[in-house]
Parts: sequence; C-alpha cells; structure tokens
Amino acid sequence: MQLTVDGRKIDAVAGQTVLEAARAAGIYIPALCYHPKTGKAGRCRACVVEIEGMRGLKEACAQEVRDGMVVHTDTDRVQQTRRLVVDLLLAEGHHNCISCQANGTCELQEMAYRIGVERPAFLIETEPAPLDVSSEGIVREADKCIQCGRCVLACQNHVVNEVLAFGYRGSHAAVVCDDDRPMGESSCVLCGECVQVCPVGALVLKQPREAKVRPSETVATKVTCPFCGVGCQIDLHTKDNRYVFAMAHEGQWLKQPNRGSLCVKGRFGLDFIDAPDRLRTPLVRKDGELVEASWDEALDLVAAGLKQAKDKYGPDSVGFFTSAKVTNEENYALGRLARAVIGTNNIDHCARL
Amino acid sequence: MAGLATTLGSGAMTNSLEEVLEAKVILVIGSNTTWNHPVFGSLLKQAVKLRGAKLIVCDPRRIDLVDFADIWLQQRNGSDVALLMGLQHIILREGWEAAQYIKERTEGYDEYLKALEFYTPAKVAELTGVAPDDLLAAAKLFATSGVGALYYCMGITQHSHGVDNVKACVNLQLITGNLGVAGGGVNPLRGQNNVQGACDMGGLPNVFTGYQPVTNPAAVEKFSKYWRAPLSDKVGLTLTQMVPAAGDSIRALYILGENPLVSDPNLHHVEECLAKLDFLVVQDIFLTETAKLADVVLPGVSFAEKLGTISNTERRVQLTQPAIKPTGSVRQDYEIIADVAARFGHEFPRTPEALFQEIRDLTPAYAGLTYERIREVGIQWPCPAVDHPGTRFLHSGKFARGLALLSPLAYRPPAEVPDGDFDLVLSTGRILEHFHTGSMTRRSRLLDVLVEAGHVELHPDDATRYGVADGDRVAVSTRRGRIETTALVTDRVAPGSIFVPFHFAEAAANVLTNDVLDPVAKIPEYKVCAASLERVGSGR
Repeated sequence: MQLTVDGRKIDAVAGQTVLEAARAAGIYIPALCYHPKTGKAGRCRACVVEIEGMRGLKEACAQEVRDGMVVHTDTDRVQQTRRLVVDLLLAEGHHNCISCQANGTCELQEMAYRIGVERPAFLIETEPAPLDVSSEGIVREADKCIQCGRCVLACQNHVVNEVLAFGYRGSHAAVVCDDDRPMGESSCVLCGECVQVCPVGALVLKQPREAKVRPSETVATKVTCPFCGVGCQIDLHTKDNRYVFAMAHEGQWLKQPNRGSLCVKGRFGLDFIDAPDRLRTPLVRKDGELVEASWDEALDLVAAGLKQAKDKYGPDSVGFFTSAKVTNEENYALGRLARAVIGTNNIDHCARL
Repeated sequence: MAGLATTLGSGAMTNSLEEVLEAKVILVIGSNTTWNHPVFGSLLKQAVKLRGAKLIVCDPRRIDLVDFADIWLQQRNGSDVALLMGLQHIILREGWEAAQYIKERTEGYDEYLKALEFYTPAKVAELTGVAPDDLLAAAKLFATSGVGALYYCMGITQHSHGVDNVKACVNLQLITGNLGVAGGGVNPLRGQNNVQGACDMGGLPNVFTGYQPVTNPAAVEKFSKYWRAPLSDKVGLTLTQMVPAAGDSIRALYILGENPLVSDPNLHHVEECLAKLDFLVVQDIFLTETAKLADVVLPGVSFAEKLGTISNTERRVQLTQPAIKPTGSVRQDYEIIADVAARFGHEFPRTPEALFQEIRDLTPAYAGLTYERIREVGIQWPCPAVDHPGTRFLHSGKFARGLALLSPLAYRPPAEVPDGDFDLVLSTGRILEHFHTGSMTRRSRLLDVLVEAGHVELHPDDATRYGVADGDRVAVSTRRGRIETTALVTDRVAPGSIFVPFHFAEAAANVLTNDVLDPVAKIPEYKVCAASLERVGSGR
C-alpha cells in the first residue's frame, strides 16, 4: 500500500505503523519511548503527527498505516507539541551535553537540535540525584532519565531478566533495580540490554565512560561473538584500531539469532583481544625454553617435525586438533592439510568436550 | 551428533532458535540455558512469559530456568535414559502418542515397545528419584499441549551413555510427532561459536566436508581429484583417542586454537601424554597451558581480526568481518596453514573467499551460499543453490535417512557412582560469567572482577555434614586427582551432589573428571563421577 507523508508518496506494508513506514522511507519522526524491540509505549508523545481525516494529533508509533493515508509531520501543531515535550524533559532533569557520554548519539539531543531548542523554556531547581556506579559495567544517572520505559520493557519482556521496574509514584517515579537497590547489588546479570535501548545518557557503559571515549567517536563493525553457539551478531566499536565496547547489531534484528541482544560475556568479555599477553611473534623451543623466532624458522621447523613423523611412522602418526573457535575457511584449510598434504584422517576438535 | 545421525540421518539442531516462540510446550534437559546460552535463554523465557508456552525443566540442579517452569523434574545425575523412556512409557500407556506419525514416518517400533516395558513409573522413580505423579504430570503436559520443542546440551551428551541419552530424546520427539514441524525438534545447543562449522567442514575423523564419509569410495575420489592428492579411506582417531595414543602411535600433533590441557578429562594423564610426543605445534593467540608444552608456537589472530564464515547452532552461516588490523608479527590462521602446506609443495588458496569457494564446490549443503548473500543476515544450510532461501527446520515430510529410527534403549548407570570413600556425585560445567577454558574470559577485566576464581557448589546439608561454611577453602578429590577451591554453599545442587565449573586452570575440574568415554561418540563422562570433599581452611 501507499501513503503520503509531507507530500511524498511512500510504500508501506499492512501491519506497519506510520512511524515504521516513515522511518523506512528515511523520514525523521522522533520517538523517545518507542523502540523496535520494545514496541509502542505511548509515554513520550514525541512522535505525534497529523493525519488527514482524523481529529487531533496521533502517535505515529501506535497508528497503523492505511492505504491512501495522508500524514503531516511538520505542521505548526506538531512542532509545538514536540517543543513542549523537549522543554518539559529538559526542565525535569539535568541534561548537560557538554560532559555527557551520550553526546552525539542521544535521541533527546537530536530532537532538541532539530527543533532548535537552545535553552529550555522552563527552569525548575532540583537537587541532583547521586550517580549509581555500583555496577561493574553500567553507570546509571537518574538525572538524565526521561522515564521513557524502554529499559524496563526490554529488561522485563525482551531479555526477561526482570530486574528493572518503575518504582514509586507521581513525581517520585523512578526506574529501580529489584526493590530499589544499587544496580551492583541487585539481581542484574549485566546483559547490558538497558544500555542498548536507552535513548539518552541515563544508562551508559562504564568502561568507555571512564576511558573518555564516546559512542559518537567510534567505528562499528559487525562480527560474530566468539563464545557460545548462538552466533550473536555484535557491532564491535573501535577507535584508532583499538577495541572500545560492544553493542548488539540491531540491523534486521528480527532476522538475527540474537535479536539485538547480548549476554554479559558478549557485551563485556571481548577485551581479551587487547590483552597484554597476546602472542605477537612465533616461538620455538631452544634448550628447553620457548624463544622468539622468525616466521621462516618456525614454519620450517613445523614442516620438518610433521615430515619426520610422517616419513618415519607413516601419515597416521600425525594428528590434528582443529578448532570450534576459528572460521569455516580455516577449519577447511586445516582439514585439507591433514588429509591431502599429510594423508591422515586423524583430525578432530573439542565438540565432545 | 552420532545419536542424531543414526536415528534421523543428520547430526544437527533440527529447528531454528526463533521457533521456540512457536512451541506450545518446551522441554529443557541437561542445559543450563540462561548461563550457557543466555541470549537464547532470554528468547525461551519470552516464549513462556509472553506467548504462554508451557515449560518442563529436567535437571539435577535447580537452575535459574526452574523459576519459569511449570514442572521441574530433578532426576539423579546420569539417569536421563530412564527419565525420558519413563515419560514415553506413560505417553504410550495413556494413548497420547502421535499414532499416525509413528506409523508413517518411523521404523523399529516393535523392538522399541519391548524395551519400553522395563520403564514403569515405579522402576523409573527408583532409578531417577522422580516421583511417579510428577512423571505423569510431565508426560501429560508434554504430549497433550500441542507442538513441543526439546532442547538439550552437554548435560545429555557428556555421559558414558551420551548417545543413548540423545536417542532417548529423539524417541520422545518421534512418538509425539514433533520432528519435521515448525516449533518442534530435537535441538542440541552448541557450546562454541563455530562447533557446528568445524563439524560441517569435516573437522572430524570420519567425514570430509558436509558429512561425506571418508569410507565412501565416491567421496574419496571426489576430494582426491579436487585436491589433486591421494587420500586415506581409513577413519581417523578422535581427540579423546589421540591424546592417550600420544608418544605411541601418534608422534606429532598440530593443535589449532584448542587448549586440551584444561578442557580434557583426567588432566594429569593428558599432560603426561602430550609430553611423550616427538613434536607438538600449537597455533593460538595466547600462550595457553597447552602452548607452553609446544615445540613451536604460531601466533594467529583473534575473531575480531578476521574475515570469514561461522556457522551457529541452528546451521546459520554468518559472515564475520575484521574490526581491527592485527599488530605485531602475527599472521591470519589460514595463511599460516597455507604456509605449512606450501613447504610440502601444495598451493592453498590465500583469501577467505577463495577458500569458501572450494567449500562450496565440495559441499552441497553450502553450495548456494555466497559472501554477498550472507553479508547482513546469515542463511541456514542446507542451501544447495544460489536461489535457495536456506532451510529453517530439517526433516519436513521426510527424514534425511528416510524413516526415522525408534531406538530400544537399555538403562545403564554412570561408569562411576558414589561409594564408601567417594560418597558425593561430582558434575562439571560452565558458569554465566566465564567461557570454556577461560583463555578468553579470564583475560577480560570485567568478567575477571565478577568471578575471579573457581568454586564448588555444595548443598547446605552436606556443608553441615562436612563442617564447611560458605567461603571456606575445601579440597575436592576423586580417584584421579585433587584440587583446592572455595566452597559455595547453595541449594542449587541436590544433597549429595557437588558442581565444579571447569574454567579455572589453577583449580581445574578436569583434574578430577573421569575419562571413561561413550563407546560410540567418544565423549567423556564429565557430568558424573564419585568425589570426596574435606575442609582445608577458612576462606578469609
């Protein structure tokens, strides 16, 4: 089906929301509480649009598309409402982009920037809330929380770890861990899903925050997680050829085995690639000790060692352990080395262990 | 995998991970899913919480998934055949089986029925410790709720009768008609990111790529022609056979990215064996416990520095991209292998894509896959042609072996059961925060802070009996060795049972484990052996 958004005809499929169809066509509609993984929440009112033939403003994240629908995302009414949403959020919290980890990736900042809110319309003096740095991997900053509810929904219904919830009421409402414990003392298993979906800087990864590297400065490359067999697709974020942090790859998330999520190992366990004791040069044993050697020396020794056993005792005196940790291509190559070059089927790996 | 290949004709997870959302009832046995496959554990919990699927957990330990279960069956370690056959006994007695499906799609029914007679609820209760009423409730829930999925892991396979355990799982899914349908299946969750791929690529002593047997003359001829070399048609040795043969029939060993000196059973024996080799070469990214014994160590690169394909537990072949340029004098692992081959006068392809082309040429299930097709979203094999969408679940309409085989199974106890001196049952496995031999995760700053050392899970009753408090230092001994570690007193384990994670080389669980093997699959019995425990001091 087709609909018209701001005078432009776009394609849509039945069951899509106006927000999804518009975003798929590259049209900007802000949404602070909606996230593809958590669905519509109807809390923030940031995504309101006008739809011809319907009264009042409609939430684009909740409105299903209909053929021939005519949508306006940039009318005065829409802009005023968006401005009010931003103004109220800025008034309620302590949002300071200058020192915020989320600067450059914050969805509230993006919204304010596009509307042109330079200073908030209202100022409310509030006591700053303390940082929660009790978790080993995540920093929580309640002052920056806009109570969109994404983290709560994701924790409850996407990863189903059931740690985060809304606690207290009215103006005291807040996102809490368990019965309002510091995150590090809660039942949190550090999957990092809450950081993954947080639109602002209220939930951020601790290590890059301490290393002073913002997500806006890194380059992401899609890799496959090196741990269990689920095959999670990870965006590995690097800066200057160094690992900084990991996020679940969210492109086509419904078709990926991990559906945009990670566990504690995939999220926080990849810094081993930079470990100081990574082997950086071949080693050969001389007088009982392993010492550094050139590639030619090491490879000549390997060939000689394998050849000697093969010539003296036959090809089946040589064995190969291939690896469940390397690629198919590398497994194939080692299989070919064992079978076609040495001439043995003595090849196995740790599938049994 | 041997159990699946014999009965169904294909040794892989039958269904897709996402299909758990389509299951009406889920049975998890021998898998601590939320620790070992946490992201899939989340999806499984979604199925229960948001889609109303029923969940049956069978595990000797009170794993976290039990909180989401409708029924938890706490069978004794090593009694899985009795438990699974007991469920089937009840299903057939009550007439809850898929009679038409059994008739049309299976064989061996009569012999199977005869074997099943032994597993009366009273007998099964005696062998497993599970009450007949609980068995009945589980059998009813599983057989009468609609399509049912079964997930298992090493808790099923790492036994001296692991293949029988797998066959018992297959039996259950066959008599309930749950194979070859969306949302069903027999689904082994694989524990390493490319263990499926290593098998697919012929990293096994009996098959070339795509499970083409080395004993099949046509396959030997095909590979021999492609590689322009004569090939052996004799089945090789498994890893668990090569280690004890070291220094005897095995004189030289080439180990790529494995650490048998932590991962193998009965470690003291492994070290003795490897020391007897004439020549040992290890290709790895760290100087692992195994690499320290090597004559030559070759530095490869980490997953983050390489291009290539990796096949996940659901047969999905995914492209992984290099995020970091390697530093130092290291080489790509495929380059190192090609460099060795070149010294024997063989020219190997020197790019991942060229190697993948050879894989496609030789492997029908991979023939339709190209890097371009899987750049963003992986495709599940079999994918025989470039216009084939891949295969979501196996055995639709027909099994790979034609008719599926129902297996008559006899109950066999574990090879070693508690007795006088060793009166505890020891089981080993992984914890959430660490992975396998720890060579990666123990170098992660955060994971190391979360869990920096090993421990032994011990029930409060046993703690009292041995005079041990939480956090005390204790020694765990078996007939093969002794380790010292920290007591973690918890009712996660049953009374009389202890659990030791195997990630920690300094208190290596595999010093203790029994190297008795399943006679077919050659898998060691990591999940059951007899142990003793004593307090050696206060932890603080």
